[in-house]
Amino acid sequence: MADQIDHLIEDAPILRLDAVHTDIRQYHILNGVDLVVPRGQVTMLLGRNGVGKTTTLRSIMGHWRIHRGSITFNGADISTQPTADIARAGIGYVPEDMGIFSDLTVEENMQLAAFSGPMSATRLGWIFATFPPLKTLWHTEAGHLSGGQKQMLSVARAMIEERELYIIDEPTKGLAPAIVATMVRALQDLKDQGASILMVEQNFAVAAALGDTAHVMVDGAVKWSGPMRALAEDLDLQRSLMGFSLQTAARDQSATKSS
Amino acid sequence: MTHAPEHNPQIQQMTLQQRLAPAWPGLLVPLLMCAGFALTLNPSSWLTLTLSGLAMGLMIFIMASGMTLVFGLMDVINFGHGAFVSLGAFVGVSVLFALGHLTAAPSVALNLLAVLMAICAGMAATALAGWAFERVIVKPVQGNHLNQILVTVGGLIVAEQLIIVLWGPEEIYFTRPEALKGSFIIGSIAVEKFRLVAVCIGIVVFAAMHFVLRRTKIGLIVRAGVQNGEMVEALGYRLRQVFVAVFVTGCALAGLGGVMWALYQEVITAHMGNQAMILIFIVVIIGGLGSIEGCFIGALLVGLLQNYVAFVEPKLALVSNIGLMVAILVWRPMGLIPVVKAK
Repeated sequence: MADQIDHLIEDAPILRLDAVHTDIRQYHILNGVDLVVPRGQVTMLLGRNGVGKTTTLRSIMGHWRIHRGSITFNGADISTQPTADIARAGIGYVPEDMGIFSDLTVEENMQLAAFSGPMSATRLGWIFATFPPLKTLWHTEAGHLSGGQKQMLSVARAMIEERELYIIDEPTKGLAPAIVATMVRALQDLKDQGASILMVEQNFAVAAALGDTAHVMVDGAVKWSGPMRALAEDLDLQRSLMGFSLQTAARDQSATKSS
Repeated sequence: MTHAPEHNPQIQQMTLQQRLAPAWPGLLVPLLMCAGFALTLNPSSWLTLTLSGLAMGLMIFIMASGMTLVFGLMDVINFGHGAFVSLGAFVGVSVLFALGHLTAAPSVALNLLAVLMAICAGMAATALAGWAFERVIVKPVQGNHLNQILVTVGGLIVAEQLIIVLWGPEEIYFTRPEALKGSFIIGSIAVEKFRLVAVCIGIVVFAAMHFVLRRTKIGLIVRAGVQNGEMVEALGYRLRQVFVAVFVTGCALAGLGGVMWALYQEVITAHMGNQAMILIFIVVIIGGLGSIEGCFIGALLVGLLQNYVAFVEPKLALVSNIGLMVAILVWRPMGLIPVVKAK
């Protein structure tokens, strides 16, 4: 019986959103979002600009309060809990604006992220191997870092302690290709360790490379859910949901390069 | 595990100008002291004025430090902060009256014990009042600046009237304990005892705050919270509790400032906190909202400038602080050490 319950718990999604509605002032942004994040998988949240992807993540973190629906993390409703308690439940968060404390050094940013106590040397070693610039810039004020270095710090902060779920909002936004590659390797590492990740990503190639499951949002609701591979292979579906296909995106990219 | 990617930054040596840039605000204080010496041209007067200016500046710093942190941390403008200066002064002076046998005793230790007890009582009363003020007045209007201004000004008026009800409308005159009266005479220079004590207390408070903010985890949370409170909460810290603790500490410091201000002036009125608010606001704005170091430098500049100008051209003393604020804001519109810029 106990084994059966364990099995059920393991199979249960780590995060679940049911008919979530969120308003930001007079604007109705989320219009009944249904979303399931399976345990130990990378779940991509995709869609055009302004469809409510970031609002969905911010609603999960309690930065925006939902006014209808429910958000369940590990079987417990977190929709009314304060942000700090949601984070303490085991969620690492990388916001779209990176949320770097610019007047604090890289070290202080990391110390703050290590909520449970001193930073683990093993984990720090892994972070330095993944993001070497952070070691070089350890005593530098974070405000002096480049955009790519700030993004590394933002992701490293989420990684410094083991979390049950990582929520990451556009980790490759505005980064140079070399740093995108570094970021993808870091996230792949996290994935290989069996972490559960919910990620918003506009770079479809990155999403296709990392994602197991995908949810595509249209007008404040999830319009399509399924395996990432199925979405990556179906160009018509991509075009109908997001207004572009991986093929046209690649063509546009090569045209930009050649011009 | 992955290994070293291509991106490998080099740290370059900063130029002298770049290195000096962050030190400029701190250099203003010695520069102003030099200017003061050039104006007075009398070492004895200059030293007396400088000590007086530092004492005044440090007392303003103690009163203003809580307000700047509260604004930086939770975006709360507390116009009622002056009420805690008045309350601290009245409670402290009441304790000094009650301990008349200690203040009048010809013993430095007993005199200082009386002052210490007055300070502790003033700080405890203002901390308690601050906790109630936060819950009843500030918490309901968090996030709305206009309501904050209206409600906290209302709170200040109520607090002043309560002081009048409890202690009466008249000014209360008193004299400092024996040990704090008079001056030390060193050669031809007279150093007033209380001003020296005020400077010591001010430096200890600043050093303690600097230590807590720079060397402890709670300080790290406060500094990070001033920049991006939402992210601090997303890392698992309950910022609301930190804010209440900072608010209560800020009120206790205002109470400490009130007791010291009372001992400095040797007279207290219910409106003394309200009058101090003008200087507190100038210091908070000059320093850069949310910055303790900026507040410290701003307070020293205000205290020193007012004393030098009052000596050289008394009529200009009243406008000197406004002039200083205008000059600094023209130079640095966000204040000397802006912190809240990242919000």
